[in-house]
Amino acid sequence: MAEPRLAASSGAQGVRVDLTRTPTARSRFEGGIRIALFAAAALSVVVTLLIVGSLLFETIEFLGEVPVGDYLFGTKWSPTFAGEQQSFGVLPLVWGTIYLTLIALAVAIPLGLLCAVYLSEYAPRRVRKVVKPVLEVLAGVPTIVFGYFALTFFTPDVLQDALGIGVGVFNGLSAGIIMGLLVLPTIASVAEDAMSAVPASLREGAFGLGASKLQVSLRIVFPAALSGIVAALILGASRAIGETVLVLVAGGQTPNLGLNPTESYQTMAAFIAAQARGDIPTGSVEFLTIFAVGFTLFAMTLLLNAVSIRLVRRYRQVYE
Amino acid sequence: MTGAQIAAAARRQTTVIPRASRGDTWAGRLFQALMFAAIGLAFLGLGAIIYDFARDGAAVVTWEFITRFPSRVVPDRAGIQSAIVGTVYLMLICAVLVIPLGVMTAVYLEEYADANRWYNRLIEVNIQNLAGVPSVVYGILGLAFIVRGPLGMGPVLLAGGITLTLLVLPVVIIVAREAIRAVPSSIREGSLALGATHWQTIWKQVLPGSIAGIATGVILALSRAIGETAPLLVVGAGVSLRFNPEGLDSSFTALPIQIFAWTQDPNQAFVARAAGAICVLMVILLAMNSVAIWLRNRYEQKW
Repeated sequence: MAEPRLAASSGAQGVRVDLTRTPTARSRFEGGIRIALFAAAALSVVVTLLIVGSLLFETIEFLGEVPVGDYLFGTKWSPTFAGEQQSFGVLPLVWGTIYLTLIALAVAIPLGLLCAVYLSEYAPRRVRKVVKPVLEVLAGVPTIVFGYFALTFFTPDVLQDALGIGVGVFNGLSAGIIMGLLVLPTIASVAEDAMSAVPASLREGAFGLGASKLQVSLRIVFPAALSGIVAALILGASRAIGETVLVLVAGGQTPNLGLNPTESYQTMAAFIAAQARGDIPTGSVEFLTIFAVGFTLFAMTLLLNAVSIRLVRRYRQVYE
Repeated sequence: MTGAQIAAAARRQTTVIPRASRGDTWAGRLFQALMFAAIGLAFLGLGAIIYDFARDGAAVVTWEFITRFPSRVVPDRAGIQSAIVGTVYLMLICAVLVIPLGVMTAVYLEEYADANRWYNRLIEVNIQNLAGVPSVVYGILGLAFIVRGPLGMGPVLLAGGITLTLLVLPVVIIVAREAIRAVPSSIREGSLALGATHWQTIWKQVLPGSIAGIATGVILALSRAIGETAPLLVVGAGVSLRFNPEGLDSSFTALPIQIFAWTQDPNQAFVARAAGAICVLMVILLAMNSVAIWLRNRYEQKW
């Protein structure tokens, strides 16, 4: 610690003491560390700015060539076709994304929430110790492996042979259901956190009034944790919307505005990965579509994440 | 009130002990059955996934498969050497970049930042949001800024490594913060009271005390990085390369990319190769996760 510099000077008003510290080598070092750490932390903000910047500029350039109305409300997506056939209506991609996400959520919401209620309210400690790691392993499986599974097992062996559903090799049903399995651990773990954060006194109060385990779980804990549970669902949806390879491998690459889950669908993320693979020249409209679709996808997930972060913060504030 | 009156009032108050009605127990049992079914389905899904690639891949994985280079024409001679080497290099680049960046950010946010300042709040919210950005969008960032545009590296190993670093950086920060927060403040106060400076306290007390948690988080983040396909596809990783990357500026491929390329092949013999490559990738991931769990159990500090 630097000694305060005692520059005493006596005058008419009395003694004045200058208490500012002289910077020593050590205090300069400490200050340097602080600046370096702040720079590292600030880098994450730079990353966000770069993401927004890269998406925004190319999207503006794209919209210079394709009118906004044609892009947002057009119903035909064929950016790689030549001449008259070329069309930039993004609706089929947006619909494909929403449709597959809905299928995934239809699978993942009931299963994930049942798992969460079980882990939070019912499971004995020993069972928890087995079930939680298994869900973590499931969450750690790379998405390409889910894609391989959907393509080589779920579509041919389960959907076609066992259930006799006439699906194509690439279809939205298989991709959607397996995507549900993919987001199940996310939903289960976030929802379980929310339910575990509900104070035990609420449960005990209800038990004291004679409520059954089921009533406590569904009528006390579930509503009390509702904001966290909604956050879990939104987070799951956001993961499903951004999922790429699984859809690319199992869902096919056909922009589709229809409702038939046995057909092939393309999502925004899958389109980006498929399109960026080719050696498309920088600055061409085909190249710019990646950014326009990327921006649309980024905006959708950002909105969902912001809502979910807010909801999680709310239940934390209430119970912690 | 006389004693008799009190006794009469007490008699009038019949205690209602709610007995679970028959419908209630049935509902309870049904709900339990549903929960077991849900957990069973999750287990079944994981089991089926493992069964599927193990069945298809077991016959493929041989020493030749691991050491040979990919072949575009003869499935039986196609191996994954360049993909394994590429994945290992990507992981190393990612580790070298993400550990200092992630830990420094976490230390700043936990030990230095005044949470009332707007810029610190901005950094926090920003990291939470970055963690939710789809991986394919990081690929776009890599394509626009690292492969082309300002940095203009081309689709090389370093570009892939940086892209994956940015992708897992928020995960590392979040985990490292939790590990640092778990160090009790009494440790810090003791150190400061003995005359250590702020940084000496962090370097000699806080970081050693949280190293197990940080290491676990870093390994889990790296295992997420090497399983990613989409950003590498967008960045422009090569497919079926017959050479290993020679430096940071060399073209590269990785296991997920090779798996993806093989699943797209109309020849079923190549699709089986994808299962073989999945077996290898899953063994690598399993090994990393085991190390993480071992680290957590071996070095976890109980305060």
